[in-house]
Amino acid sequence: MLETIWFALWGILWAVYFVLDGFDLGIGTLAPFLTKNEGEKRSVYNSMGPYWNGNEVWLITAGGVTFAAFPKTYAVMFSSLYSALLLILFCLIVRGVAMEFRSKFSSTGWKRFWDTLLWVGNFGPALLFGVAFANLFRGILIDGSGIYHGTLFSLLNPYGLMGGILFTLIFAVHGSLWLTLKTNGDLKGRAANLAGSLWYALAAAAVVFLGATYVSTHLYDNYIKVPVLFVIPLAAVGALVGILLFIRQAQWLKAWISSAVFIVMVTLFGVSGMYPNLLISSIDPAFSLTAFNSSSSSLTLEIMLGVALVFVPVVIAYQAWVYCLFGRWDHQLAQSKRQK
Amino acid sequence: MDTLMLSRLQFAAATFFHFLFVPLTLGLSVMLAIMETNYVRTGNEEYSRMARFWGKIFLINFAIGVVTGITLEFQFGTNWSRYSEYVGDIFGSLLAIEATVAFFLESTFVAVWAFGWKRLSPKAHAIAIWLVAIASNVSALWILIANAWMQHPVGFVIRNGRAELDNLISIIAQPFAWHTIVHTISAAYILSAFFIMGVSSWHLLRKQHISFFKKSFRLAISFALIFTIVEVVQGHMHGGEVAKIQPTKLAAMESLWVTTRSAPQYLFVIPDPDNERNLVEFGAIPGALSMLAFHDFSAEVKGLKHFAPSERPPVTLSFVSFRVMMTLGFFFLVMAIIGWFRRDTIEQRPALLKVFLFSIPLPYVASEFGWMLAEVGRQPWVVYGMMKTSNAVSPVAASQVAISLGAFVLVYSFLGIVAYYLMWSHSRKGPSDDTALPDAADEEVGYA
Ligand code: HDD
Ligand code: HEM
Ligand code: HEM
Repeated sequence: MLETIWFALWGILWAVYFVLDGFDLGIGTLAPFLTKNEGEKRSVYNSMGPYWNGNEVWLITAGGVTFAAFPKTYAVMFSSLYSALLLILFCLIVRGVAMEFRSKFSSTGWKRFWDTLLWVGNFGPALLFGVAFANLFRGILIDGSGIYHGTLFSLLNPYGLMGGILFTLIFAVHGSLWLTLKTNGDLKGRAANLAGSLWYALAAAAVVFLGATYVSTHLYDNYIKVPVLFVIPLAAVGALVGILLFIRQAQWLKAWISSAVFIVMVTLFGVSGMYPNLLISSIDPAFSLTAFNSSSSSLTLEIMLGVALVFVPVVIAYQAWVYCLFGRWDHQLAQSKRQK
Repeated sequence: MDTLMLSRLQFAAATFFHFLFVPLTLGLSVMLAIMETNYVRTGNEEYSRMARFWGKIFLINFAIGVVTGITLEFQFGTNWSRYSEYVGDIFGSLLAIEATVAFFLESTFVAVWAFGWKRLSPKAHAIAIWLVAIASNVSALWILIANAWMQHPVGFVIRNGRAELDNLISIIAQPFAWHTIVHTISAAYILSAFFIMGVSSWHLLRKQHISFFKKSFRLAISFALIFTIVEVVQGHMHGGEVAKIQPTKLAAMESLWVTTRSAPQYLFVIPDPDNERNLVEFGAIPGALSMLAFHDFSAEVKGLKHFAPSERPPVTLSFVSFRVMMTLGFFFLVMAIIGWFRRDTIEQRPALLKVFLFSIPLPYVASEFGWMLAEVGRQPWVVYGMMKTSNAVSPVAASQVAISLGAFVLVYSFLGIVAYYLMWSHSRKGPSDDTALPDAADEEVGYA
């Protein structure tokens, strides 16, 4: 039971991470294509400036929870995906530093340099998280003693790449919707248009991915066993359609929330399909690591559950408060600009 | 080189680099909070300018601290997977608690603080930086509890082929953890105080912004005085704990080869590990080592030869690390006492100001050597007495680790140079006389 709860929490943590940092990754990916001058660049970066660090902590927590609740999975997963994971980490390093450093000198060469790194640091993880998760759905080449028999390139199989494209598009739509909430005028118009056109690419990618999932993975087995689970992909489809409807009505906040729901449902779709597996072996299902054969002792799981139940709501409360606070400030800023 | 050696090098490079930024975050956040509290209490504009000037350095430093921390968290899985599997039940939970309890708070409120100058009341703004200060110090607390557990594992049982949690309270409450916490956090406050005093000295030597930097100096010297005293006194007790629980480390840091009753402390030693002896031993103080380690002049201190060669840590490195740290510790104490008595007329003492200016790097050196002693002196164990480092390493290809190690060295050297260049150029520029508070729309505001 405890194992199942932690499995669910594990999935939810990743979902929250993708919802929150997803818009940063998307904005960073789109920034070079959306902005025309330094003023617009600053508006774009400021729209994620106050949030990215707090968002990234959800990744640290997802990693930490994997370590605490499923140490064997943490060990085998992270060492198997060694190069892919370090690539992601280097991108995140570069991204964080670029956010902080680019404003510290007014030279254009300096700014252009950090702009480039910001793009790499956001696009890289967007793509690589997709590749990584698609491979987790499909299974990777681990043997019975947790040794990985592939390379970085065996992760770049067609299904993995499809996952990468899907995630990049998801985050791009999510990010441009965030920009419609946080910017004005021309820039907002461009972000809105972009979200509208990217939506079709996203819908196409999502359909292809769902189909490919049927061919390449065993995710649907759980759904066939427990049909009520089909609620999750249905909700995902509903949210996806919702994004388009709200974009058409220029209801940006609702569109962004639909996009957030879509991300949660896509993540949960994969995770529920995997249950109880955390790391599927494509060599032999018997080698797979599950919530049961890789979990911590029940004492640790209980204590950690207590910590999570107390602190995660507190975290959510103050992060939500901060989002509202910055929302209000942005509003005031926009108004004072208009008065000028 | 094999995967083990490369992984050790990589982990050492990554932690050492992380710890170049951590202590300033820990100390400066508290000092910023005090500056802002003073501003709220007195309404003196100068305190608010102080918080802004030092705050900008803080943000540059903080950014690097954050991004280098993430790689550490994941490296236990990428490079030490056998270790993670064996002790994750205990060690993993401590890291997860740290993230949930501290990192969220720290990262969320640092943004509120950086963007909130104009929009929060001075009081609310001060509360934001207090939350950052508390959270970063709490994060240090948890990570150090985790580290102390590796130095002295308690509260576990070996079951199902791994270490499982038995008693969390005894892990949190064990004396060794609290020694490490007090020692490391005091080190961070010393470093931050010397940083502020050094930069202030540079400006005072040039007779600019006198009142501003005298105030900064005076705040820092109080920290320096308190925590150098704590550090030296408690460092000695810390050594006593090491003597009790890690006899191999004690023998290595003292370069003591033969088990000796009433062991002397030498003033000058040159170790010669190849021949299992010391090349030079000079200036014996009889019984002093026994006294320092065990509070008993006649106590027996185990020598390195008592342990099989495969159980001994690298001697020269442990020995040198300890000497450098300890010597610097006494130097800081002396400087803090002198500075304290001269604090009111400090701007008229160029010689003293110069010493403070050139002391900026020294606490960094002391801290890094402290970690060198703690970690290298623990070898060959990754968890003392329980798991050897050679059994902890991931089964990954050496070529993979070689590439990532190269990437770490390149990226980190570049970032380190840029970060210190930015801090240096900002420190030189001095505070702006502009009283307007920065705003999110301004070019200047960091973190975006
Ligand atoms: C004594 C203090 C100390 C020590 C020994 C370490 N750290 Fe650290 N760490 C901090 C004190 C700290 C801090 C002061 O709290 C930082 C530095 C800058 C910051 O933002 O927080 C931080 C940041 C930081 C972050 C980023 C947090 C964020 O995004 O806000 C992570 C993931 C880690 N650390 C993880 C580690 C790991 C896995 C370590 C062990 C190998 C480690 N740290 C050693
Ligand atoms: C930030 C300060 C720290 C520094 C400078 C530091 C330094 C080092 C060094 C030099 C090594 C390599 C030792 C060797 O192989 O000879 C090492 C290893 C290691 N340290 Fe630390 N360390 C720090 C903090 C920590 C903390 C807080 C933890 C745990 C929570 C930790 C866990 C480890 C582990 C798992 C290894 C790898 C195994 C080993 O080589 O012993 N370190 N560290
Ligand atoms: C006379 C003064 C000092 C003494 C006797 C002393 C003693 C010690 C001892 C015995 C250790 C090893 C603990 C272990 O193996 O885990 C240690 C570690 C350390 N020292 Fe010192 N120390 C002194 C001064 C300083 C100063 C001035 C700094 C930095 C400003 C410093 C920073 C550190 C750090 C960061 C560590 C590693 C963390 C830890 O294990 O606590 N020390 N010190």
